[in-house]
Amino acid sequence: MVLKLEDVSKRFGSFTAVDNLSIAIPEKEMFGFLGANGAGKTTTFRMILGLLDATEGNVTWNGQPITYETSPVIGYLPEERGLYPKLKVKDQLVYLARLRGMKKEEALEELKKWLDRFKVPEYLDKRVEELSKGNQQKIQFIAAVLHKPKLLILDEPFSGLDPVNVEQLKEAVLEIKENGTTIVFSSHRMEHVEEMCEHLCIMHRGRPVVHGSLKEIKRAFGKKNLIIHADFDLSAFENYPGVTKMKRTPEGVHLQIEGEHVAEKILKDIVGKGFVRRFVLEEPSLNDIFIEKVGASYE
Amino acid sequence: MNNFWIILSHTYMSKVKTKSFVVTTILTLAIVIGLSNMTNIIGFFNKNSSEKIAVIDETSELLSPLQEQLKLTDSELILENYEAGAKEAEKAVEEGEYSGLLILDVDEANLPVATYKSMSISDVESYTVLQSGLQQVKTQMAANQINLTQEQLAALYEPVSVERVALEENAKTEEELSQARGLVYVLLFVIYFAVIMYANMIAMEVATEKSSRVMEILISSVSPIKQMFAKILGIGLLSLTQLILLLGVGYFSIKQNLDSMEGGFFSVFGFGAVSVSTIVYAVIFFILGYFLYATLAAFLGSLVSRIEDVQQMITPMTLLVVAGFMLAMFGLGNPDAPFVAVTSYIPFFTPMLMFMRVGMLTLPAWEPILGIAILLVSIILLAIFGARVYKGGVLMYGKTSSFKDIKKALQMTKSEK
Repeated sequence: MVLKLEDVSKRFGSFTAVDNLSIAIPEKEMFGFLGANGAGKTTTFRMILGLLDATEGNVTWNGQPITYETSPVIGYLPEERGLYPKLKVKDQLVYLARLRGMKKEEALEELKKWLDRFKVPEYLDKRVEELSKGNQQKIQFIAAVLHKPKLLILDEPFSGLDPVNVEQLKEAVLEIKENGTTIVFSSHRMEHVEEMCEHLCIMHRGRPVVHGSLKEIKRAFGKKNLIIHADFDLSAFENYPGVTKMKRTPEGVHLQIEGEHVAEKILKDIVGKGFVRRFVLEEPSLNDIFIEKVGASYE
Repeated sequence: MNNFWIILSHTYMSKVKTKSFVVTTILTLAIVIGLSNMTNIIGFFNKNSSEKIAVIDETSELLSPLQEQLKLTDSELILENYEAGAKEAEKAVEEGEYSGLLILDVDEANLPVATYKSMSISDVESYTVLQSGLQQVKTQMAANQINLTQEQLAALYEPVSVERVALEENAKTEEELSQARGLVYVLLFVIYFAVIMYANMIAMEVATEKSSRVMEILISSVSPIKQMFAKILGIGLLSLTQLILLLGVGYFSIKQNLDSMEGGFFSVFGFGAVSVSTIVYAVIFFILGYFLYATLAAFLGSLVSRIEDVQQMITPMTLLVVAGFMLAMFGLGNPDAPFVAVTSYIPFFTPMLMFMRVGMLTLPAWEPILGIAILLVSIILLAIFGARVYKGGVLMYGKTSSFKDIKKALQMTKSEK
C-alpha cells in the first residue's frame, strides 16, 4: 500500500497552486507536510482525496487511482473544522460513518469506544453546538477515524487545542499508526512533525523545497547549532569563518555553524580565554531548516 | 447507489423530525380545515346571536307583511312589536335587550318609510335585510295601488336571460369555469408556496453544510453530484409528504362541506367540479416545478459561503416564481389571453401557467405535453449545468458571493488536460 503522487500539478487559471509534486508515502508511515498558508498543502490533500482533479500527473493508492469507490478506506480531517451544529453527536457521526461504508450498529459501538477513550461519554446525545471548540475538534477527529481508514489525512490536526488535548490526540494518532494506517498530516507546528514523522515534505508556493526522511534532511542540511555560555565576551564569533548566524542570549550566544569541524576549531580557540559553563553542539531543529528554506517564520 | 439512499433518508428523516416542519404542517392543516368549514363556523357563531329588533308600527299594517317577507328570505332577524313607546324602546336598545329599533310609517303616497335606530350604524347586515324586506313590501303595496295583478308584477321583474355558449367543442361552460376556478386557485397557491418554501429549504441546507464546513467531509465520501440529487430528492419526498397530507385532508374536508359551499363567493370560486385530471396535473406540475427550482436553488446555495448571503443569492429565483404566480393569477380571470398561452411555454413559468390553463381551459393534449417536455428538458439541462457549478462551488470560500462565481466554480471542476 503506497500512496504515490507523480509529477502532480494543479493550476487554477493562471495561478499554479501545486507545481510538479512527486511523493511516495509507504504503508504504515506517518508523513508530514509543512508549509506556509497558501503553500499548496490543502490543494494537495484535496487532489489526494479526489475532490479536485490534478491538472497534470497522477495520484495513486496501491497503483489504483483514488475514486469514490475507495472512500471507505480513507479518513479526512479538514483544516476548516465543521459538523452539523444542530445534530446530535451520535446522529451525525453514525451518518458520516455510514457514508464511508460502515454499518450503523458497528459505527455506534465504535463511537462509544472513542468517546470513552477521550473521557467524554456524555457527549453522545449532545448537539455539536453545545460543545466547546476543543471538544468539537475531538468529535471531528473521531469522525475522521471512526470507520478505521487505511489512509488518514489530517489537515492541521492539533491547531487550536490545549496541551493536554494535544497529547491525547497525539497518542491516538500514534496508536492508529501502530495499527497499520498510513497517515498524512500537515502542521505548522514544527515540533509535532519532528516528533511524529519519519518522512516529511516542506512546501513553498506549490513546490516541494525539502523532501525526504527527517534524518536525511537534517544531515543534508549540514548546518548545526552551537550553544556557548561563557563569562567572557563572545561577540567576536560573529565573523568567525564557518559561522553563518549568531544570536546573543543573556548567558552567551547561539551560533549556527557549517559543520562539526567549525565547532572543533571554536572549542580550541576559546579554551583558555575564560570559564566556559556550557558548550553544546546540537542537530538543527526542523524550525531552523524551515526558516532557512522558506524564509519566513510561523511560530 | 447505497450512499445515495443514506443521504436521501438522512435528509428526509432529519427534516421530518424538526419542530418547524411539524408545526407548519399542523398549522397548514388547521387552516385548510378551517377554511373548508368556514360556512359552518360562521353559522355556528350566528346561531347564538339571532337578533331581536323592536318594532314600533305607526300604521299597524306594515309589521306582519314585513315579517312574512323576512320569513321568505330565511332571515334570522326576529321582529317584536313594541308598544311601550319610542323613549322606552330606545332605552331597551341601549340596555342591550334589543339590537335595534325599527319605526315603520307611511308617507303621503301611502308607501312605507322607516327609521332604524341601533347603537352603532356599523351593523350593515340587519340593515340590508330590513331594507330589502321593506322594498318588497313597498313594491307590493305600490302594485296594489295601481291595480297590477301578481302575474303582471312577476313579468315586470323577471330578469333578462343572456346565455353564453362557447362554440369550441368541449369548451367549458361559464358554470364549469367558475366551478374549476376555486380548485385551480387553491392548487396554484399550493404550488407557489411549496416551490418557494422548499427551494429555500434546499438553498439553506446546502449553505448550512457549506458554512459549517461539513461539506468537505461529505464530498470526500460521496460525489457532490450524487449528494446534490440525493438532497433534492430527499426534500422532494418531504414536500410530497406535506402535499399529500394537505390534499387528503383538504379533499375530505371539502367533500364533507360541499353542500354548504354553494352560492355567494363559491359561485365564482367553486369546488363543484373537482376533476381528477386537474389534481393529477397539479401533482405533475408541482413535482416538475419543484425539481426545476430545487436544482436552481441547490447550485445557487452552493455559491455562497455564509448563510446570511443565501437570501440575496436566491432573490432572482424567487422573483421568477413570483412573476409566474402573478401571471397565473391574472390568467385565472382571462385564461384565453394570448400572452398567457405564450408564456406558459417558458420553463420557469410553465409549472404554474400551464397548470392554470389545463385546469381552466380545454386544451388539446399536445399543449400540456409540449409544456411538460420543455420543462423536463430544461430540468435536465439545468441539472447538468447545476451539478458542475455545485461541484466547484462547494469547495469555494470567499467574501463575495455573486453570479461571477459561477464562472469560477466551473473553472474549478475543469481539469485542463
